[in-house]
Amino acid sequence: MKVLVSIKRVVDYQLQVRPTADGLAVDTAGLKMSMNPFDEIAVEEAVRMREAGIADEAVVVACGSAACQDVLRTALAMGIDRAVLIVAETPLQPLAVARLLKVLALREAPDLILMGKQAIDDDAAQTPQMLAAMLGWPQATFASKIEVTGMQANVAREVDAGIEIVQVSLPAVISADLRLNTPRFASLPNVMKARRAVIEQIPAEGTGVDLAPRLETLSVAEIPTRPQGVRLASVKVLAERLQQAWRALQ
Amino acid sequence: MSTLVIVEHDNQRLHPHTRALLGAASRLAGEVDVLVIGHSCSTVAEEAATLEGVTRVRWVDAVHYSDLLAENLAMVVAQMAAAYRHVLLPATAFGKNLAPRVAAMLDVAQVSDIVGIQDAEHFVRPIYAGSLLETVRSREPVGVMTVRCSAFMPVGQSANAAPIVPFSAGPDMGVVRLLQRVRIDATHPQLANARVVVAGGRGLGSAEAFHRLLDPLAACFGAAIAATRAAVDSNYVGNDCQVGQTGKIVAPDIYIAVGISGAAQHIAGIRGAKLVVAINKDPEAPLIRLADLALVGDLHEVVPQLTEMLQR
Repeated sequence: MKVLVSIKRVVDYQLQVRPTADGLAVDTAGLKMSMNPFDEIAVEEAVRMREAGIADEAVVVACGSAACQDVLRTALAMGIDRAVLIVAETPLQPLAVARLLKVLALREAPDLILMGKQAIDDDAAQTPQMLAAMLGWPQATFASKIEVTGMQANVAREVDAGIEIVQVSLPAVISADLRLNTPRFASLPNVMKARRAVIEQIPAEGTGVDLAPRLETLSVAEIPTRPQGVRLASVKVLAERLQQAWRALQ
Repeated sequence: MSTLVIVEHDNQRLHPHTRALLGAASRLAGEVDVLVIGHSCSTVAEEAATLEGVTRVRWVDAVHYSDLLAENLAMVVAQMAAAYRHVLLPATAFGKNLAPRVAAMLDVAQVSDIVGIQDAEHFVRPIYAGSLLETVRSREPVGVMTVRCSAFMPVGQSANAAPIVPFSAGPDMGVVRLLQRVRIDATHPQLANARVVVAGGRGLGSAEAFHRLLDPLAACFGAAIAATRAAVDSNYVGNDCQVGQTGKIVAPDIYIAVGISGAAQHIAGIRGAKLVVAINKDPEAPLIRLADLALVGDLHEVVPQLTEMLQR
């Protein structure tokens, strides 16, 4: 079986972002960039499938600027076999990314496409489902467990009421949730080896895909801050305040 | 100008957030049609027909919709949606799973998790775990959107029931089937629409302490139980209780956070709460600083005392 993993390069999850001074965009200048944490989980899952002999090849792809090579090398260092960068210097929205991934999926013909359930920058959670629709494949989103048997996968999905286990026929798109696994840290020798790896580059313009953004961001603002709260002196005061608030609701 | 609202249900009842979803639809001009798609779900269609602002209910009923799987639903929704200006779904596991699939089939961009509607083209939505709000313009011919229902006013009942119009079913794709649904905790009220929520973090220390301390406190208010990712990862409670960027987004009247330091990803899920109460031993915890009412102390002593006082 062949697995394709799609990853995105985002502002590191530990950093706080702010709007630009003109309030028109998010200020990401000079911030540390990392692999989207959910995509890291997808990479780890692909590597585990490779190690378990379920997959015989794992390929990673990123869509974006040349800078994305760093996160692709991280994936290689974690144990992915091969990396592809679809080079686009303009920002891409989920619909365009899904189209680009479709082009690559048709060339690579994977049995399974894995990616994170959402990116922590735009929090859109769209690309996996869009790609599945474009390919006419089934989808299993928010996966917390994946078991592949032959040309089928049983996937535990984290849904609002608990867990839902679905069986999808392969090929399929599966999006990773937090509890699917805990990604490894790449060893230093693997990091060094990944530095020298050749990353195939495909210009996005050459794919014939419409890359133009369909959504225009008009403004970005910080959320309104809550008024300063109060520190209560005792449990008794808290009980009284809670009873007041509770009575006000009745 | 008209809006199609895809409602979430269990083939018996509408999801409680449906009124707020229709509240969002009412912010858009024109007629509002509701699509009820499922199996043996006529009572859901009848319930939807009684809600304020609904022009008509379109009802699709077939056995291959019984599990509400996106692959089959999207075929019908995409076919129907092309005739509408906007298509709204709830920003829940159900809506988030389905909406992008529909959008891709219509070849349009989707707007996720909207919290504000300015007009037919301008929408407000949170990004970066809710730390920023962006205003986006969508000029797509069909605006497919998921709605954060807690951000909108629920509609009421209608005096006259809207007509229910059956619509023929689409094909069964046969590529996916539901094997099992595991509902983890049915003893507490549903988190999504609870007026009071009692939430615990890793500060509770164990699953035993989590339930021993929080269940009686929650019972004082008939409150739902919530948890941080860390508490869910430690198996204190099931994933259905997780609140935050990747869990549920809640907006209760009272949110009582016990032993939660307040990671940005958790706070992202509770920004809509009206009164935030935090109990934590760390005076510098982000949630203690954010809370409207903060009590610094050992939760193992404070919570039983508080519960006892409230029970009186």
